[in-house]
Amino acid sequence: MVRALRGLGQRVTARIWRLGYASRFFLAILMYSGTSLRRVHLTIREIYFTGVLSLIIILVSGLFVGMVLGLQGYDTLQRYGSTEALGVLVSLSLVRELGPVVAALLFASRAGSAITAEIGMMKATEQLSAMEMMAVDPISRVVAPRFWGGVISMPLLAALFSAMGIFGGYLIGVQLIGVDEGSFWSQMQASVDFRQDIVNGVIKSFVFGIIVSWVAVFEGYDAEPTAEGVSGATTRTVVTSSLAILAADFVLTAFMFTGT
Amino acid sequence: MPDNPILLESPPVNLTGVPGVNMSQESLVEIRDLNFSYDNRPILTGINMTIPRGKVVAVMGSSGCGKTTTLRLIGGQLKPTSGEVRVGGQVVHSLNAEDLYALRRRMGMLFQFGALFTDMSVYDNIAFQMREHTDLPEALIHDLVLMKLHAVGLRGAHRLMPAELSGGMARRVALARAIALDPMLIMYDEPFAGLDPISLSIVGELIRKLNDALGASSIVVTHDVQESLKIVDYVYFVSEGKIVAEGTADEMKTSKVPYVHQFVWGEADGPVPFQYPSRPYGEELMESALRHG
Amino acid sequence: MSRTTLDLWVGFFVAVGLGALLFLALKVGNLASSSSGETYAVHAKFDNIGGLKVRGAVKSAGVVVGRVTEIRFDPEAYQGVVTIQLDARYKFPRDTFATINTSGLLGEQYIGFEVGGDTAMLKAGDTIKKTQSAVVLEKLISQFMFNKAAEDGGKK
Repeated sequence: MVRALRGLGQRVTARIWRLGYASRFFLAILMYSGTSLRRVHLTIREIYFTGVLSLIIILVSGLFVGMVLGLQGYDTLQRYGSTEALGVLVSLSLVRELGPVVAALLFASRAGSAITAEIGMMKATEQLSAMEMMAVDPISRVVAPRFWGGVISMPLLAALFSAMGIFGGYLIGVQLIGVDEGSFWSQMQASVDFRQDIVNGVIKSFVFGIIVSWVAVFEGYDAEPTAEGVSGATTRTVVTSSLAILAADFVLTAFMFTGT
Repeated sequence: MPDNPILLESPPVNLTGVPGVNMSQESLVEIRDLNFSYDNRPILTGINMTIPRGKVVAVMGSSGCGKTTTLRLIGGQLKPTSGEVRVGGQVVHSLNAEDLYALRRRMGMLFQFGALFTDMSVYDNIAFQMREHTDLPEALIHDLVLMKLHAVGLRGAHRLMPAELSGGMARRVALARAIALDPMLIMYDEPFAGLDPISLSIVGELIRKLNDALGASSIVVTHDVQESLKIVDYVYFVSEGKIVAEGTADEMKTSKVPYVHQFVWGEADGPVPFQYPSRPYGEELMESALRHG
Repeated sequence: MSRTTLDLWVGFFVAVGLGALLFLALKVGNLASSSSGETYAVHAKFDNIGGLKVRGAVKSAGVVVGRVTEIRFDPEAYQGVVTIQLDARYKFPRDTFATINTSGLLGEQYIGFEVGGDTAMLKAGDTIKKTQSAVVLEKLISQFMFNKAAEDGGKK
């Protein structure tokens, strides 16, 4: 019994210690970001690998999510005779919640795991050590550009997801089902506020971008330099960042969308 | 190996000296009473080593006895628990980050299995340090990279990616990268591991020739006796974290120290036992007979 | 992947991403229609503001001419005080009637202006004198029931 408690205590302290280590790592990234800014090409390269290569999955998923919203939304709204509000339903759901959150979850599993695997493999094959011995700081050369690449890509991907989703909702609602096109867009414009909804959505995706990129680079950098270590780190990236995204979404939504 | 006149033609890259490095001293690296423990486990105990200028020194011993740790202590990646490591007169672990990085620019390291940067070509791997630490124009870097590659015999491979190289080729490219900035100290971590006989002797010859051509000192950590005794000037034998023997290559071959003898002649049993520690054989057999009998 | 191809793709990605943001801001949201021009503040006091919210519309003849920016409680007059930012292009007479209407049967509430004939115009900081509070559904129902009961009583 005592042993079980001790084990529990040890695990909790180990987690807290790791969180502290991760926070110091985050500060180190911020401090050593000079190279990412001066040698922009490093960051651009990472924007390509995290952002451009995630385009397909984001656009396709956005389209499908929007189409489903269109179908489900129509089904529910027609019971209250308010089908012209379909545009409002689709756009608000996407811009406020689904766009930032789902895009971030997809980003975590595609780009986040790739970043972790890349950095983990570099650690396992001693490339990071070699860089250190060549007097090049691996955090500024390898870690920081990937972090900023992720942070820059995330809001753009979330916006693309939302835009694609609204288009999907339009396709289903207006073209397929026959909701009035004019009221679809005009009601949407009347109900979606730039500051309240869109800016908040962008802020959310920016925060999610920081979370995913931070977790991804940290897990990669801290991975055990073995094959199992890297694969475990990749899994942890996806799980940890997904949970953190959903938790942060709750906190942000509570601040942003209540009490107005 | 065919004549390598380019080795003599390659001019050393002229870098400003590291502040504080005393160039007049006879030994480049001095290790005094070094102790290193990790997680309360002693890895190195009472190590004393001297690496003279211009010499190739081997550090030999079986796996896990602390050889690689020694290299990391010299390079400043680890801090000793007690004792000191001096490179060029400076105590490595008391340097601040800037001076440590300045010192590292004068050192080259060949990691086990190469550790080439897999996302860049062979050319970019060699050019990496030149681009990071110098302001040399690309045209000059181009010439230097090709010269280094020619010295290791791989000038034609400069466009390949590390994934397309064989083990021996990757090792040679890593060697070229280690000498990219003409370091004063080159460290080799198991340079002979996993190579075919041809590559083995090529790498051995290159280690010797490059050391002499650059006027540098080399430390070779290895457990390949044959190849290393051919090329080194001095040997340190490490067993379980302590130096058990040292001397020239010939002295090692004729050494009467049991551990050295077993190592050099590859004997199955000796100070390093064949059987993993266990209870007496007879006892274990009897016990199982009693249980199943 | 050569540097130029990489840069091209990243440039394309950023352009498309910003385009999506712009699309959201202009076509989906109300950035284009929100007045970025000059406005002037006017107050109105109501006995009951009903479900009026900040940023609710102020319409005259059905056209949006301003927005509600603040809703306060006046502890002396026990009335709700609504601050409105009106588009500077439009001037309204001092005897404008401000009513709280509902768009649709169950829709959002907004302030409607019905203009009177006063030649003097509202200035910044003025308070609209004539207001009609929001219709509270419960009162309507109880009034209807009262009328019904009175009618039945009278017929007897």
